[in-house]
Amino acid sequence: MIGLEHYLGVAAALFVIGIFGLFLNRKNVIILLMSIELILLSVNINLVAFSSHLGDLAGQVFTLFVLTVAAAEAAIGLAILVCFFRNRGTIDVEDVNVMKG
Amino acid sequence: MITADLTVILPEVLLAVYGLVALLLVAYTGKDKMASALTWLTAGVFVAIAAMIGLGGGGAQSAFGGMFMDDAFARFAKIAFLLAAAAVLVMGQDYMQRRDLLRFEYPILVVYAVVGMMVMVSAADLMVLYMGLELQSLSLYVVAALRRESPKSAEAGMKYFVLGALSSGLLLYGSALAYGFAGTTGFAGIINAASGELGLGLLFALVLIVTGLSFKVSAVPFHMWTPDVYEGAPTPVTAFFATAPKIAAMALLARVLHDAFGAIVPQWQQILVLLSIASMALGAVAAIGQSDIKRLMAYSSIAHMGYALMGLASGTADGVQAMLVYMVIYVAMNIGTFAFIMSMERDGRPVTDISALNLYARAAPGRALAMLVLLFSLAGIPPLVGFFGKLYVLRAAFDAGLTGLVIAGVLASVIGAYYYLRIVYLMYFGAETEQGLDNSRGGILPVVLAASAIAMVVGVINLFGIESAAAFAAQALLN
Repeated sequence: MIGLEHYLGVAAALFVIGIFGLFLNRKNVIILLMSIELILLSVNINLVAFSSHLGDLAGQVFTLFVLTVAAAEAAIGLAILVCFFRNRGTIDVEDVNVMKG
Repeated sequence: MITADLTVILPEVLLAVYGLVALLLVAYTGKDKMASALTWLTAGVFVAIAAMIGLGGGGAQSAFGGMFMDDAFARFAKIAFLLAAAAVLVMGQDYMQRRDLLRFEYPILVVYAVVGMMVMVSAADLMVLYMGLELQSLSLYVVAALRRESPKSAEAGMKYFVLGALSSGLLLYGSALAYGFAGTTGFAGIINAASGELGLGLLFALVLIVTGLSFKVSAVPFHMWTPDVYEGAPTPVTAFFATAPKIAAMALLARVLHDAFGAIVPQWQQILVLLSIASMALGAVAAIGQSDIKRLMAYSSIAHMGYALMGLASGTADGVQAMLVYMVIYVAMNIGTFAFIMSMERDGRPVTDISALNLYARAAPGRALAMLVLLFSLAGIPPLVGFFGKLYVLRAAFDAGLTGLVIAGVLASVIGAYYYLRIVYLMYFGAETEQGLDNSRGGILPVVLAASAIAMVVGVINLFGIESAAAFAAQALLN
């Protein structure tokens, strides 16, 4: 029987993968955006699992809000990425280094 | 029912509708040609909404089934950042226009950021908190990358976006845990669930939510985006980042900690003490080596956030009051300082190098004097207003028994004074250089600079009555 813990376990694993994706990724910025998506989706799994467990709809409403905001966030992230690419001709994480200190 | 709810959120609705209407009108008519007029109009609307909130008065009203709370605390914060945003818009207008940066999107994005701030300081539910915070953050990401053709600005936007999205993710994960373990997303329900025996789930939720919000107030160790974003963004945008969103994020942190986790003060007090000491120490030490004045102001703002967190860490009404007073004073000083930074230019191009200020006092004694007053005030030297801000938070922390934190704060302010005084030294006793700054232009910047400097001196009489308003706001939050 799959219970609440299993869902929370999957969500926690996705969350940690997302966080590590942000910090260990040395390749390109698209992977950062994917990691951010992963973090937000892990939160959604959590919310829906809790919602079903508690028999309370608020969690699912919250999920819809998170999905909507995640879409807007991805759009803005990609727009900034395009802007960055036009200036620098690259999207490597290693090259995001004009400013330091 | 719905009419009563809408009356409570009327200021937010009005501002959001204003943003939509202005966007449509300007997009169909003059576009960037109207940007200047739109900036002034937007600043006027901010002031009008602030007046509307201030004159409205009344007690605490909640709307939409307790999801939205309009009380004296929210009103204090809203008035403070509306006025700050209006001041920043007005003083950045000329700077942006001359550099071809004044696109009509700028004032409108600022409007949306402010709507987000207004929603988030009034949040009484995790969903409302999240929506407000994201509306603010998404607008700010775009504004940071406003100078599209500059690699620095695009990089600033990128860094801000990635770290901001990470912090939202942490906050959300914490919110999901709080929902699961408290059974509700409302602050009233969470404080009930937390007041019994505290489970591990809610403790994790608390830590993740505080972490997420620490990114937004740029407290160490979550500060790494701040110097890069401050340096990369156009100066008027940096001035905006350093003022209104800081008040809003700090007020939101106070709101969450007291409304949702007010029953477990000792649990979050230790986190805040750590964040506060780390911010003050790093802000004071890391700024010493900076040669770019915008980066220096970034570290300065990190240190100041440490002091504001000190007020919050005391966990009392006095602490919240001290934090609010501190934030208002900090913003008033920063507006003047950024007015000065915006007026620094050579051959019409902006300069942010500190060495350009060598012997500035000979070229422009009046401005150098105003900047001296502001820098002394930022350093917290008596009898200027900045000193009283620090006094308030130190006293609140001391009364709450956080003696170690107070000692750390005093030590950090002594170290931090060095880099403010170094600028004063350069302006008055620096070396002769070939390249000075241009004779500054007239306009709004000197007026803002002078007003801010005079406020730092005159304010010591009664702090313009902020103190009692902040006390009232803090009482509203804690009851």
